[in-house]
Amino acid sequence: MTPLLEVRHASKIYGGSLLGKRDTTVALEDLSYSIADGEPSMTAIAGESGSGKTTLAMLMLGFLKPTSGQVFYRGRDVASMSSTERRQFRREVQPIFQDPYEAFNPFYRVDHVLETPLQRFGLARSRSEARGQIAEALERVGLRPNETLGRFPHQLSGGQRQRVGVARALLCRPKVIVADEPVSMVDASLRATILASLQVLNRDLGISIIYITHDLTTAYQICDNIVVLYLGKVAEVGTVERVIRTPRHPYTQLLVASIPVADRRRRWGEDAAGDSDATTHAHAGRTGCPFAPRCPAVMPMCHDSPPPLFMPDGQRAAACFLYRDAPVLPTADVAAVWEREVA
Amino acid sequence: MSLDGEREVLRVEDLRVVYETSAGPVRAVDGVSFSLRAGERMGLIGESGSGKTTLGTAIVRLHRPPARIESGRITVDGRDFLDADERAMRQLRMRELALIPQAAMNSLNPVMRIGDQVADGILAHEGKLPRRDIAERVARALAQVGLPASVAERYPHQLSGGQRQRAAMAIATALQPKIIVADEPTSALDVVVQRQVMFTLGRLQAGLHAAVLLIGHDMGLVAQFADTIGVLYAGRLVEQGPVDDILDTPRHPYTRLLIDSLPSLDDKKPLRGIPGLPPSLLNLPPGCPFAPRCPFAFERCRVETPMLQPVGARQLAACHLYPEHSELPPLPSDAELPEVPAVHAEVEAIAP
Repeated sequence: MTPLLEVRHASKIYGGSLLGKRDTTVALEDLSYSIADGEPSMTAIAGESGSGKTTLAMLMLGFLKPTSGQVFYRGRDVASMSSTERRQFRREVQPIFQDPYEAFNPFYRVDHVLETPLQRFGLARSRSEARGQIAEALERVGLRPNETLGRFPHQLSGGQRQRVGVARALLCRPKVIVADEPVSMVDASLRATILASLQVLNRDLGISIIYITHDLTTAYQICDNIVVLYLGKVAEVGTVERVIRTPRHPYTQLLVASIPVADRRRRWGEDAAGDSDATTHAHAGRTGCPFAPRCPAVMPMCHDSPPPLFMPDGQRAAACFLYRDAPVLPTADVAAVWEREVA
Repeated sequence: MSLDGEREVLRVEDLRVVYETSAGPVRAVDGVSFSLRAGERMGLIGESGSGKTTLGTAIVRLHRPPARIESGRITVDGRDFLDADERAMRQLRMRELALIPQAAMNSLNPVMRIGDQVADGILAHEGKLPRRDIAERVARALAQVGLPASVAERYPHQLSGGQRQRAAMAIATALQPKIIVADEPTSALDVVVQRQVMFTLGRLQAGLHAAVLLIGHDMGLVAQFADTIGVLYAGRLVEQGPVDDILDTPRHPYTRLLIDSLPSLDDKKPLRGIPGLPPSLLNLPPGCPFAPRCPFAFERCRVETPMLQPVGARQLAACHLYPEHSELPPLPSDAELPEVPAVHAEVEAIAP
């Protein structure tokens, strides 16, 4: 069956120029991923800064064009869609942005941001129908219409604004929501409410959610599957149970070990990680595993060629030569890791 | 670690900080008292608008208008810090107490070498020094935060985020202060680097036997780093005590709900936030500021402001449930939580 949304062998390279060799940054390297049609899923795309997670989100939303590779929606290449197809794509694949403070025009009441998509996509036949839809969407995300409508963005808290953003996406009747760090700027006591509203959209309305995050704990709580990116490449992919509870890739292990857990029985171990961060190692033209310069388990072969995705146990794959005796993921599409198991 | 017998190095008594706004005074810090002993690591937890950054900057007297210290006392190593004149205060600052400000890594001067920026603070306090002595002192300050001496020759853009944050820490602590106020020292860093920087802060603190006040919103980070916790809500300390006690048996309903709202790595459970929003600090009504969101609130909570009182052996909580109760009653289910108006007061519009 044709996937709903598919990223095929996508790479994104920033920088460089026609004249001379300026520095280039490979933000995303040959990534393939798909969302099945008719099986609403919640997938986390996780990684640190420079991992390419936001670039991947922008590709999926059609906000960026891949340097090479393609993005398909309902089997059509996003780059060569007709205007009708593009309209449908724009409506059915909705973003939720990171910063609820910057996503709103301060001069308009929040009503404006909710009415606009209904007008643009012709989703309401009358004003009263529009009002009904807006009220319903606000209630879905836990906001009271009479306490939200008519207000300016600055009169709402960050958490409320972010939920208005979710309601706006919802009004478009999307099939996919790409949420880029939706709670990283929201207080802890309000985060849970926003994430729970994403779960509601997924379970009750059958919307697939792509949750872009650096926070593995919330990814574990709300998602079924996870793709861990490191410097533009997939490090590990699989169900959250596998990847976060028993990580295999040394990078995922480092990430999980670094989570500050509010539990004194699980104190951080001593400083095992190399004294460096990813941005120091980002460069084009590397040959081996991108994590090799920081990896505590590095072997000579890691510098020679990039490791493919090995499948050491079910419903997970890790791009690490430690598992070279395991079978290699037979397709490029990393979503096959969990979809195969379902079949 | 045991802090018994350690000297008290910082005492804050009934501190009140007010923002004078056109709409009226905003009480960002409303009668906060606590003390720190040498070698103590205290975490100060609060959400946005709770007054935690205002409190941190006021302690080192780096708050800016419209913020004003209305009343209270700050004693640094036995000396009155609020009454100290400008000159005396400057001498105490950096030497006795230092602030690692929020987003410190972005506060570096981009066109000045790291070494010169570290030397600036040293020279301001010690006057002219021979060039070799300066280099030595700079190298020592960098070593304190785990940076090689060669970093002194670098410019900020040549360093990674973690290195920049450490450089900012080296500048703040070059004079080996006894008290370090660190305001969200890892807020812009990735989780792996965050852990490294927190280890650096820990080693720095141990090396100087300094007291650290770690300000932040991340209960996990405080749990990993601190010995004691203070929980700030609407400008007031609502709970205080050793980290282990507070995580195991939080006494204040807000602390309890805050801990419950943290996602866990152990089991998947329904996500649960705290209903409602923090109150506006402008014209805060009488009573407990948490009462409108509190599942246990009763009549007295809406009229009388609770004071911090001992609960259990080692905790303090500002809640009218005590002393009648010995601990927090079980939480009602989500359905039984009170309906709270969702409308937000203009806290954020006024906060700096």
